[in-house]
Amino acid sequence: MRLQYIAMRLVQLIPMVLVVTMVVFFVMMIVPGDPVMVMLGAVDGAQVSREVYDAMRMRLGLDQPLIVQYLHWLANLLQGDLGTSITHRTAALEVILQRLVPTMYLMVGGLIMAVIIAVPAGVLAAIHNNTKWDHLATAFVVAGISVPTFWLALVAVLIFAVYLGWLPAIGYTRPQDDFVDFLKHIALPMSVVALNIAATVLRFQRQDFLEQMQQDYVRTARAKGLSERLVQWKHVLRNSLITTFTVVGLQMAYLSGLITIVESVFNYPGIGYLLLNSIRTRDFIVVQGVVLFMVFLVIVVNLIVDILYTVLDPRIRYS
Amino acid sequence: MKAQTADESASFERPAARSSTVLRSVIAFVGSDRRFIVGGLLLILYILIALTGPGISPHDLNAPDLDVRLGAPTATHWLGTDRIGRDVLTRIIAGSQVSLEVAAGAVLMALMIGAPLGALGSYVGGKIDALVQRVMEGIMAFPSLVLALALVALAGPSVAMLWFAIAFSSIPRYARLVRSGVLTQKEREYVLAAQAMGQTPMRILVRQILPNIMAPIAVQLTLDLARAISVEAALSYLGLGLSVPYISWGTMIRDAQDFLEVAPWLAIFPGLALAGFILAFTLVGDALRDRMDPRMRRSLSRRMV
Repeated sequence: MRLQYIAMRLVQLIPMVLVVTMVVFFVMMIVPGDPVMVMLGAVDGAQVSREVYDAMRMRLGLDQPLIVQYLHWLANLLQGDLGTSITHRTAALEVILQRLVPTMYLMVGGLIMAVIIAVPAGVLAAIHNNTKWDHLATAFVVAGISVPTFWLALVAVLIFAVYLGWLPAIGYTRPQDDFVDFLKHIALPMSVVALNIAATVLRFQRQDFLEQMQQDYVRTARAKGLSERLVQWKHVLRNSLITTFTVVGLQMAYLSGLITIVESVFNYPGIGYLLLNSIRTRDFIVVQGVVLFMVFLVIVVNLIVDILYTVLDPRIRYS
Repeated sequence: MKAQTADESASFERPAARSSTVLRSVIAFVGSDRRFIVGGLLLILYILIALTGPGISPHDLNAPDLDVRLGAPTATHWLGTDRIGRDVLTRIIAGSQVSLEVAAGAVLMALMIGAPLGALGSYVGGKIDALVQRVMEGIMAFPSLVLALALVALAGPSVAMLWFAIAFSSIPRYARLVRSGVLTQKEREYVLAAQAMGQTPMRILVRQILPNIMAPIAVQLTLDLARAISVEAALSYLGLGLSVPYISWGTMIRDAQDFLEVAPWLAIFPGLALAGFILAFTLVGDALRDRMDPRMRRSLSRRMV
């Protein structure tokens, strides 16, 4: 049953991957300028001989029909070939993977921190429904949605780096080089990511907890004489955590945008920063690579969440 | 699964009401929800400011006052001056116009592309419906900000390009709303009656079904406006928004970064303006959604699964 479901989900992915890659492929078509000249590094009106031009055009496969070009490109992609970076002159995938580790620290750290903040806060807000604690939580959620991330990050820099001088404003240190310095550098960007995600998680955690409290199993648990605390923190929380888990997983697409902004504000050398730098240096191979990489990350994480969901909640039946 | 369908049809059940009833329910509604009062007033304020424009300020938008470069807020310059002595408040007022213009255009574009696609899929059904749905799922996999970023970076920023870049990832939301709306309405008596009268499918869609599925679309539009404002500002902050002569709050904050220590107000005030605008749309959108269907919030979390 479960294997069948996983197989079905994998098959469903095929059209999605086709659509996604087509969008990226055709979006790259709108790049102004001649890709042949760009690849030859002759952008500013430099002269290139006809032979060299034609050779490069052949090599890039640009003399082929569009659909052939797409299939060729897709075949390379499936082998992990994202093309060669124009500025770094190495494989784009390699360039991306080099920047992946700092981004992973930021993403995973931010998510964990968000859950640590949002789950207890959401449960407390639901238990103390319509009290000042609940209103405080709601205010936090509304603020988290309304306050632009880059601005929140700047205000954090202003307070903790400029005025208080507790933490460095920008940069990154590898944890294996100096762990304390690593923590100091990642503290602000990670907190900004965490607060942003926490607002969404809190909202769903509170809502789901309130709904779970209406369920029949809660009445049964109370009827058999369990204390209210045990009902809430054991039975209800366990059930509503499934929703929380799903919500966190579905934040992946949003999270990619979020880290791009945060990395930019803090000059944090991850893949978001790489994306913006590549836009600046007009290295479109890397831009395309990062976008594809992020989309595949989203698809894979959503798939994993979907599958784990059936493991966590065996009551779910799929038609 | 059955309960889900019932939920969805409940949100589309309200028939288009007459204007006097609408007015009465609007008054009752505004009075009943604080979010609507606060958000609505804020929204009216912002839109009025955007409509009047920087003309209401005694200061010239672009004229520098070199005596008060990076000036702190004073009685003449309420929110201070920037690095060449231009009045910050005047520029914030001008920024509200760009913010509204880009966001409204983007949201309308998403609706105008998404709604026909959703209607087409649900009305024709079969292979076309499946194809539209797969394409929409593919688009939804994209991180919206990253895609907008790449689109603007590749094509260069212009108002139309920003509309499209911001709209693109919202298209599936409208396609889905209209699709599920049409599917639930299609079998109802009034549609069957219209069909029996020999009305064309196009006429039935636009004249009969559309008014009945407007409510959830209006909610989505309001919430998407908040999102569009925030994406436009983020793009501008990252240096990918509209350039001079357009004034964007995001660009103002970007320029202010270099003076964070000496003139923090340069970054703080445009950010507050931005947060207020997003807040206004979010509050109104949330209030509308809860009002329209109290169960919608639950179905939203379920639908995401």
